[in-house]
Amino acid sequence: MSGARAPVEFDLAVGDTRSLNRSLHDAAPDGGAPPRWRIRNPGGRHALCVGMDAEAALEVFGHVGYYCGGMNQAAHIVIHGNAGPGVAENMMSGSVRVKGDASQSAGASGRGGLLVIEGNASARCGISMKGIDIVVAGSVGHMSAFMAQAGHLVVCGDAGADLGDSIYEAVLFVRGSVGSLGADCIEKEMTDGHVERLGGLLAAAGVEADARSFRRYGSARRLYHFHVDRADEY
Amino acid sequence: MSGSPPDRRWLRASASFPAPVIAEIHRAADEGVYDIRGFGAKRPLPTFDDLLLLGASMSRYPLEGYREKCETAVTIGARFARRPLELAIPITIAGMSFGALGANAKRAIGEAASAMGTSTTTGDGGMSPEEREASKLLVYQVLPSRYGLDPDHLRACDAIEVVVGQGAKPGGGGMLLGQKITERIAGMRDLPVGIDQRSACRHPDWTGPDDLEIKIHELREITDWELPIYVKVGAARVGYDVALAVKAGADAVVVDGMQGGTAATQDVFIEHAGVPTLPAVRQAVEALQELDMHRKVQLIVSGGIRHGADAAKALALGADAVSIGTASLIALGCNRADYVEDYHALGTEPGYCHHCHTGRCPVGITTQDADLEARLDPEQGARRLRNYLTTMVLELQTLARACGKSHVLNLEPEDLAAVTVEAAAMAKVPLAGTDWIPGGSRE
Repeated sequence: MSGARAPVEFDLAVGDTRSLNRSLHDAAPDGGAPPRWRIRNPGGRHALCVGMDAEAALEVFGHVGYYCGGMNQAAHIVIHGNAGPGVAENMMSGSVRVKGDASQSAGASGRGGLLVIEGNASARCGISMKGIDIVVAGSVGHMSAFMAQAGHLVVCGDAGADLGDSIYEAVLFVRGSVGSLGADCIEKEMTDGHVERLGGLLAAAGVEADARSFRRYGSARRLYHFHVDRADEY
Repeated sequence: MSGSPPDRRWLRASASFPAPVIAEIHRAADEGVYDIRGFGAKRPLPTFDDLLLLGASMSRYPLEGYREKCETAVTIGARFARRPLELAIPITIAGMSFGALGANAKRAIGEAASAMGTSTTTGDGGMSPEEREASKLLVYQVLPSRYGLDPDHLRACDAIEVVVGQGAKPGGGGMLLGQKITERIAGMRDLPVGIDQRSACRHPDWTGPDDLEIKIHELREITDWELPIYVKVGAARVGYDVALAVKAGADAVVVDGMQGGTAATQDVFIEHAGVPTLPAVRQAVEALQELDMHRKVQLIVSGGIRHGADAAKALALGADAVSIGTASLIALGCNRADYVEDYHALGTEPGYCHHCHTGRCPVGITTQDADLEARLDPEQGARRLRNYLTTMVLELQTLARACGKSHVLNLEPEDLAAVTVEAAAMAKVPLAGTDWIPGGSRE
């Protein structure tokens, strides 16, 4: 491996979203160190840094609109600002870090990788998640982890109403209060194995918190097969 | 009281409670849950059968049947995409999931569509390798569930279809019962094996047309503006939905009428939600015309399309292409009188089967059971579907030539008359033998 490359500077006050994403997609790996990019003046634009499919280190300085880092594969993206809806939606691998707050549907349907939100996340954080790991240093809004299928959602603050509604096999860790649990979501025992797993997630996210101070939530698996006497839970 | 049968002349059925209604009430009382089934609406509805094509006469010249060409090629998605789809025929294969269908069925459909120069479509659950390999032109669906959604598959497909709704259940999500969630299907969908899978009815990261516009922009950015993006809606508030899809940036709009099929949906949904395909076509065309986008944003119509005459009438009303789902499965052998004892085991007969949801398809199409699936030879299935599509195209061309058209897209509303007042009102074509269009004349 050669040493770290000098970062490529891209100013969205000059170039547009299309030229940025095209440049990112065209920057084929050359076998050396992963490319580095510094993206300035995002101005809340949508769909920045989407569809990355190679290792790269991207830093965005400012606030971003919808879907930043959408469907990311392998790249590591840091947003020095707040993120709009659907940040890192359907991420496959790599990581996205939001230094500020994130709007609703953060990490929606993500299938892999790590999403770290250093501030708070709004409603539906981790909705339909399918294997992604999400660590939120602050709190999350209502209906977070709705229909969550796989992966982990770690909330260091509080969770809003209806956490984990219709959850499948995703694992939720919450340190603060939970507004209410959604359909089929229950508190579960926090074993040493879970403490160890959570400790690993917090370390990977660079968030300092005592894993033993969290509670674990998951599926009661009562809705996996329809039963007439549970119809009112749907 | 004697035990002899009653004199049947004096048995009087209730119009409000005929035998099937009584049976359904008994079933609901026994089971406490709505009936879930496959196939599509079985109730009588206004269809394209209620329209007739007016052949050429003194005022129009027909084309010679076997001498003069009647073109069938259509281009889909040239509004924004760099690589629009070039279809040899205006008949495509609708989205049906791998999971609802077995791998052999998917392969057969892909090979038949490829041989005919048309596209096939994935479904809930993502793209299977068999399907991609067999399909020269593959439309990749982005559905509310996002099962198996993979950016590599987005980049590997030929067009993207954002599914907002489905004709069999507009406003509802899909379901795949546990017996069809095998290890492979569960793996593709990130679900536990054997559970009843409940698909969402709303996308997880957008709501409403303004968000959809941004979502479509994201998909274009991910695929570098190469691929056409369709928006599929279940026929309900068709005029608004089509207009909003256009506003959101769709290259093509798919309108699926209520006769559209499903692998598993509540019977009450199939029979009582949405609007029939016939009025949906006309409403969709009017919406495109009002925006001056007719023929610029292509309209693909599905939901109960059965033969070339249906296709001809849909095109005459202004569609750019039609899409078939159930009919393609019937061509593969659905409801064919083979393995009759297995139909009986399901409590049905060939010709009546709608048991896709059970995973016990007697002819090996809508199943994940290896033994049942082996009953469908993909090569033979592809040949049958190809034959059927060829027949449809010949029928379509025959009717178009008779109307004097050198291209099937030249068919027009003036080539149509209605045989019922309802169809005349829905399609806005004159009642046959009159100049009368109920509700006002076509502009």
